Amino acid sequence: MPNILTVENLSTHFKTEAGVVKAVDDVSFHIGEKEIVGIVGESGCGKSVSLLSVLQLVKAPGEIVGGEILFGGKDLLQYPVNGREMRSIRGGRISMIFQEPMTSLNPVLTIGRQLGEMLRLHLGMTEKEARKRSVELLNMVGVPGAGARLDDYPHQFSGGMCQRVMIAMAISCSPEILFADEPTTALDVTTQAQLLKLMKDMVAELGMSLVLVTHNLGLVARYAQRIYVMYAGRIVESGSTREIFKNPRHPYTVGLLRSIPRLDAVKGEKLLPIEGLPPNLIDMPNTCAFLPRCTHRIKECHKNPRPPLFQADGQHFYRCYLEEKCH
Amino acid sequence: MPLNTSPRHTILQLQELRKYFPVTHGLLRKERAEVKAVDDISFSIMRGETLGLVGESGCGKTTVGRCILRQYRPTGGRILFDKEDITHLPPKKLRKIRRRMTLIFQDPYGSLNPRMSAGNIVGEPLRIHKMCTTRGEYRDRIEQLFRMVGLDSGMINRFPHEFSGGQRQRIGVARALACEPCLIVCDEPISALDVSIQAQIINLLEDLKEKVEGLSYLFIAHDLSVVRHVSDRIAVMYLGRIVEMTDSQTLYENPLHPYTRALLSAIPIADPFIEENRETILLKGEVPSPLNPPRGCPFHPRCFMAAPECSRLTPELREIDYGHHVACLRV
Repeated sequence: MPNILTVENLSTHFKTEAGVVKAVDDVSFHIGEKEIVGIVGESGCGKSVSLLSVLQLVKAPGEIVGGEILFGGKDLLQYPVNGREMRSIRGGRISMIFQEPMTSLNPVLTIGRQLGEMLRLHLGMTEKEARKRSVELLNMVGVPGAGARLDDYPHQFSGGMCQRVMIAMAISCSPEILFADEPTTALDVTTQAQLLKLMKDMVAELGMSLVLVTHNLGLVARYAQRIYVMYAGRIVESGSTREIFKNPRHPYTVGLLRSIPRLDAVKGEKLLPIEGLPPNLIDMPNTCAFLPRCTHRIKECHKNPRPPLFQADGQHFYRCYLEEKCH
Repeated sequence: MPLNTSPRHTILQLQELRKYFPVTHGLLRKERAEVKAVDDISFSIMRGETLGLVGESGCGKTTVGRCILRQYRPTGGRILFDKEDITHLPPKKLRKIRRRMTLIFQDPYGSLNPRMSAGNIVGEPLRIHKMCTTRGEYRDRIEQLFRMVGLDSGMINRFPHEFSGGQRQRIGVARALACEPCLIVCDEPISALDVSIQAQIINLLEDLKEKVEGLSYLFIAHDLSVVRHVSDRIAVMYLGRIVEMTDSQTLYENPLHPYTRALLSAIPIADPFIEENRETILLKGEVPSPLNPPRGCPFHPRCFMAAPECSRLTPELREIDYGHHVACLRV
């Protein structure tokens, strides 16, 4: 599978009064054609900032301080933030869906106006063409009575319907990649299942790639082909979904898998929580970020700088000095 | 044994509880309609039992919790707490009940007064209910509560902003425990916390049940995998009604109501090998507005098993198997 997006050694820092927050610290990942990739981690681990960095949407005091983002043979970081090239990529070739469907839509503009804006700007459609296409798009994402609802405002839609509108907007210009940042976290489970099914169908139908950012391990197990696990601004493990769930190598991944209650768990089984807290990202020591919480730490962990990427096998990589599996 | 139905073990009993909220309009606040947030709900909680109340947003689960704590005045039905009818108890007498029935909130940030020290927050119920006679006794009790929930007693004089989300929720738990309650209503106690912290709080709640004899929980949450983990029995709510209620093992292994089946299948399991062979039931449409609920069975417009009679008759909660209640005409 050829890669359509390759991110190399990306670092995004936020300069605050208290110090430099390394929100994304030397992160490399790639997205294949027509692939569904999951990025998993807790809040504040840098998964959203990584995606925003790709689109150069990081706001001050955040700053991309290094790395390469290769898309279509070009390094996106060479383009000016508000240049013509970046603007045609955002929403046109790479589009994004956010967590809060209600707040991502402009409350004072009708849905039709907001959907049409994309079509007119990126595809140069006229008002009339855009309206016709908007109805088609809303039908595609399953908004009932699409024609009549174009003139409605976001507050007249439910959360799930708003997110459908967001999906319609995101796919309106047939992007090559769709970034979905916690797309269903604010929604109910039955709506979540509907929307993810829809996104999966869209990926197959339009030949897009999908990057699913979530803290929910169940979602990536169900939908993603490949996973990146992030912790404290770094990718700590990556590989195919099956490989990571079958042979997790990083103690953090193992810890996460053991700490979530599973629907199919045997009654009475205890959860094994990860003790401690995620670290403060200001002035982190150069050792492994998970070290203070790790129950498997060895002498090397304290002595050596943060672990390099080790290869488990094939496409499975992890950053940990432990040579055996930690079970 | 959670299914013991002998009345002397019952700590809480709801009988046909109803709570309707008026929808008003205009300057004179004329009543235009009513929202049936909770409509005809009956269940009981035994001493030492955890009952899980699960459902999607707007199904009325929080309203049930608030009616039990009498933060809301029920529209109809009865609430029996330890055999005493508290449905219409006047506020003065409620205070005595609230010592034995406490609440853990969802938001560990909004539910702690930022101007009070952690020790004072935990000790406030003790002061209100005059549980301690001397200062020393008061301090000892707070220290003991801190240790019980896994907080360092050296942190007593710190303020909420100095604690992490998980630690704040521990303070909330300690406050709920302060007056030695026999029932704690936990309303989404972990959904605001980070994934790796959630398990810490779940384990804390479970450990406390072992330490405090006879403590019961009403565990309200939207996440069925969490609810199943902590609960002995589970009631599934949809549009203000209970659609299925049984012990948590049966609910997973043999769900009977079509809504429960859809809900279970919608929750992904963190195991790709299991997921590959799982069948998902996708529901049509969305939860209807409780302002204008469908006639007959509230679930029938989205139901994949619906028959013509479902739009006419409202199903009652029936006991299908021992301790297994289902409200569906087609089961």
